[in-house]
Amino acid sequence: MESVHTFESEHEATSTGLPNTKLAMWLFLASDCLLFGALISTYVLYRGASLVGPYPSEVFDIPYTSVSSFVLLASSLTMVLALAAIQRGEMGRMRVWLLATALLGMTFVGGQVYEFTTFYREGLTLSTNLFGTTFYVLTGFHGTHVGVGVLMLLSLVAMSFTGRITSRDTMAVELVGLYWHFVDIVWIVIFTVVYLIPTGK
Amino acid sequence: MATVSVPAEGARGGLLRRPTATTGFWSWITTVDHKRIGILYGITAFAFFLIGGIEALFIRLQLAQPNGKILSASTYNEFFTMHGVTMIFLVVMPLSAAFFNYFIPLQIGARDVAFPRLNAFTYWAFLAGGLFIYSGFFLGGAPNGGWFGYAPLSTVEPGNNMLFYALGLLMTGIASTASAMNLAVTIINMRAPGMTMFRMPVFMWMALVVQLLLAFALPIITVGLFQMLFDRRFGTHFFDPAAGGDPVLWQHMFWLFGHPEVYILVLPAMGIVSEVLPVFARKPLFGYQFVVFSGIAIGFIGFGVWAHHMFAVGLGPVANTAFGISTMIIAVPTGVKIFNWMGTLWKGDIRFTTPMLFAVAFIGQFVVGGLSGVTHAVVPADYQQTDTYYIVAHFHYVLFGGAIFGLFSGVYYWWPKVFGRMLDERIGKLNFWLMVIGFNLTFGPMHILGLQGMPRRIQTYPPTLGLGVWNLVATIGAFIIATSVLIFLLNAIASFRRPRDAAADPWDARTLEWSVSSPPPAYNFEEIPVVHSLDELWHRKYAETEGGIVVPVPAGGAGTDPAHGPGSAGPEGHGAGGHAIHLPGPSYFPVVAALGLPLIGYGVIFHMWMAVAGAIVLLVGVYGWAIEPTSE
Amino acid sequence: MPLRRVSRTLLGAVGLIALVVLAAACAPNATQDTLKPAGPYAEKIDNLFRPVFWIATAVFVVVEGLLLYLAVRYRHRKGRREIPPQVHGNQRLEIAWTIVPAILLVGVAIPTVSGIYALAARPSGQVLDVNVIGHQWWWEFDYPGLDVNTANVLHIPVGQPVYLSLCAAGAGYEEQPAPHGCLEEATNVGDSVIHSFWVPRLGGKQDVVPGRTNHLVLEADRPGTYTGQCAEFCGLSHADMRLKVIAQPRDEFDAWVLAQQADAPTPAGGSLAATGLEVFNGQCIACHAVQGNPQAVNIGGPNLTHLMSRDCFAGCIFDMTRANLASWLKDPSAVKGGVPGGASMPDYNLTDEEIRALVAYLMTLK
Repeated sequence: MESVHTFESEHEATSTGLPNTKLAMWLFLASDCLLFGALISTYVLYRGASLVGPYPSEVFDIPYTSVSSFVLLASSLTMVLALAAIQRGEMGRMRVWLLATALLGMTFVGGQVYEFTTFYREGLTLSTNLFGTTFYVLTGFHGTHVGVGVLMLLSLVAMSFTGRITSRDTMAVELVGLYWHFVDIVWIVIFTVVYLIPTGK
Repeated sequence: MATVSVPAEGARGGLLRRPTATTGFWSWITTVDHKRIGILYGITAFAFFLIGGIEALFIRLQLAQPNGKILSASTYNEFFTMHGVTMIFLVVMPLSAAFFNYFIPLQIGARDVAFPRLNAFTYWAFLAGGLFIYSGFFLGGAPNGGWFGYAPLSTVEPGNNMLFYALGLLMTGIASTASAMNLAVTIINMRAPGMTMFRMPVFMWMALVVQLLLAFALPIITVGLFQMLFDRRFGTHFFDPAAGGDPVLWQHMFWLFGHPEVYILVLPAMGIVSEVLPVFARKPLFGYQFVVFSGIAIGFIGFGVWAHHMFAVGLGPVANTAFGISTMIIAVPTGVKIFNWMGTLWKGDIRFTTPMLFAVAFIGQFVVGGLSGVTHAVVPADYQQTDTYYIVAHFHYVLFGGAIFGLFSGVYYWWPKVFGRMLDERIGKLNFWLMVIGFNLTFGPMHILGLQGMPRRIQTYPPTLGLGVWNLVATIGAFIIATSVLIFLLNAIASFRRPRDAAADPWDARTLEWSVSSPPPAYNFEEIPVVHSLDELWHRKYAETEGGIVVPVPAGGAGTDPAHGPGSAGPEGHGAGGHAIHLPGPSYFPVVAALGLPLIGYGVIFHMWMAVAGAIVLLVGVYGWAIEPTSE
Repeated sequence: MPLRRVSRTLLGAVGLIALVVLAAACAPNATQDTLKPAGPYAEKIDNLFRPVFWIATAVFVVVEGLLLYLAVRYRHRKGRREIPPQVHGNQRLEIAWTIVPAILLVGVAIPTVSGIYALAARPSGQVLDVNVIGHQWWWEFDYPGLDVNTANVLHIPVGQPVYLSLCAAGAGYEEQPAPHGCLEEATNVGDSVIHSFWVPRLGGKQDVVPGRTNHLVLEADRPGTYTGQCAEFCGLSHADMRLKVIAQPRDEFDAWVLAQQADAPTPAGGSLAATGLEVFNGQCIACHAVQGNPQAVNIGGPNLTHLMSRDCFAGCIFDMTRANLASWLKDPSAVKGGVPGGASMPDYNLTDEEIRALVAYLMTLK
């Protein structure tokens, strides 16, 4: 009778052997590198150029931000565990680790919200000076990326409950994982460049 | 014959019932077929071409004489800004996208692109962005800071005009970025069996380089546009010298994108010319590998020349030297292509059909633009040339005399494949000659005007500078161009009055899209072809001896009958009978998601709640899309 | 299309181009013509451009000629059926036509680089320093060593390099006194925009960037009037931001400086000009300075002390005549696009008598 050729791109043969979605995600992340590159470059170019305070050394709380950075780093670990779980077919475990990742991500963002409200009370807004301008926009873009990642994680969990995601769909988890690790790596760069490298001001 | 299955009504999952129409208005709104999306891109781009052209005619009317009074200064500034924005972002890019969308799957032997719904989304996002920018005319003022939007003028000039600019270009940028992901993956990953990278048509190579340029250049302008948006709307100081900011940062951001952008604009046309010349000279492209490598080289080096737009900004002799040299370097791979194209003509059997005329004119005119470009690279000379009509002449020679002519060549070449009818050859030639004459009459004299001291972006000039004569000539030329475009329109309309009976391969061409019917069936190929060489179709029709002598392959051989597609009987594919080809189903969600974007845009300008509503619409669209299966 | 018509049309096109190029050389009224340098710096540029232009023209003739030849020689002949031999390339040829242009460009690059450095250096010896401040939409010229401040018309001595320091104007009228001269730091630069200073016959152009001080060297080697204008889009009246450079023999220049340094005379009591002075002190001193008038010290607008020594005003778009002054004072934005409430001259709703008196006063500012 009829043999059906389905059109799900993950399961078709491809010229490189890589599934289309995976290739697309890598390409997207490469493109996103330039987005963050432009934002970080702007920050670096304007470092030390603010005419008025508050200045970074006056508002930064490195221990605090180190803790929240660690939280985000830990979330990459839980992400890996989630992927391992679905690859073993353990959907329940996968949900746990995905939720943990999302939770850690939300903690990170929550920590940033608290941090920013503190800065705000200390007089640092978007329009106070170049530091406020470049800092909030850079970290804001990153935080938005984290937020989108959290949404994707929670969606995966929800879809696994409705059966839309089954143990066959390791690719979906892998892709979200790629994105999540990227966001994490970008944070490491931001944390180093913005918080850790001293500016003398 | 293959049977095509259409998705069943009443899908089980998803937020909206799956659309099912395959004909009629709604079928176009919900289509995910790359060919229909290509047609949508093409028609929309052409409509914008007419609008941008009308803006140009007004500009030329205003400048025809000294102390012109046709347009006020403020309207003039909107018109020249919108002319640039329109032609670059709403005409050349989407027209190239039209060809990419339609022909990438056909030339690589695939049934569709990697992500059909994403493809549809990019079209609707592009349309939304274009309409959004134009809505500025009715909502307080169209963008008026130049297409390049230099700060601080663009961040301090009162009014919402430049908000339409920033937000609108962010939308079209999203469309182009998404499209870049889609098409790059398609070309890299979905080639037919046997089609190695170096058996791909040159047009495919240029398409790939363009997608990668888009992927890496767009993020930079995205950041710049956000910075402009935030400076205007949220009080940031990115380009504010009073707070220590540097207006030149905008220029760096803009040109880091802007220079790769000009290669994004011209490489597709170069790809088209590389397809058309061999077909009508009856010889393969001379030096395929060199042409491919020069395209790649242009892509790479293109990221290293951006500050040649900024020689007069005061970056200092070191920077000016570095960029002067890198600009001279990029002239080399560009020049190489010209010689390769001429090598294709050499000892050919050239038939001057309309597409061929446009392709040859491309070469002639691009050479002019390329040479004036080399004179810009002589940095001290550029201190006189920059910001004058000499530059206007240069880029119109490469973007109009080059890119647009190349795209017109593609239109005439591929029209029968897309619409199943030929365009009339005699009207086509009239179209061509009027356009060549009009174009050169308009932009040739601008070289002189620039050297005689006429700066850019001025709505008028005094009678004492002796600029009147050539300005008048240019205006006359512009109206000749307009006439030629009208003639094209007539040609297009007339073609639809003819029956849809074009042959599959009316030109005796070389690439796979000509192996299927005109227009192609929805599924493109009955059987995915197996590819054995570059110019696969040509080698199925003709065999080549050692010395390059060509003999036709006897009819009845494997896959030689163009009317029925490859593999209808041969050993390459499975038998055609008994297979059901599932195509991706139509969907509402790309349109829904795209609709969110202008809502966000209007919200940012006028009322924040609208932006929130837009974000929700976008999210709903994306979620519905994610939950909905590719096909049912 | 028949061959004869093709080649005739193409020949006609080539002829047209040749005519155009020739006509270009004979432009009248060439006060802004880059191809007519009137000083060493413009000449340096011209000496670099001309040979490159002719090389480019030669390449053009060869390449286009070859293209035409190929199109004609290898066009399809009726009746021909065979497909030409399928030549795929020629590696040696392709390498050659990659290397030859590269070598040609190296030849062009060397004088280019030395030209960049030659034009960037501050000249040695006796140099006249002038600060150029770009406003929306007029040029301010400040001679720091000579205590001269004027607008729109730049006087320079023949045969001496003029080292320009270019900067953008400060904030609007709210911040007084507005910055005088060029600033090295980005203070008080407010809402200013980028301009570009360009006097083609005397040199290339250089942008005026808020927050930076750029430099440009001009020199005239013969007396004359050389026009220029802003060459970077700066808003509504970008086209109306022009200037004149008047190059004078040394003694005439020195006389001009002396005259510029003098105070403006006070008009005789009871004259129409005296009434004008009252109107002036009522309104105009908000932006205009007149040396010798202790009330008129603000410089948001052009310094008017020696207005009549200039032959044009309002960004050098109007000749200095009574009628033009009167219509300008009546309603500035009707005759030159401005931004109401922003950086341009407002309409003070002066009556016709006030305008007549004002013009009479302005006519005394020689």
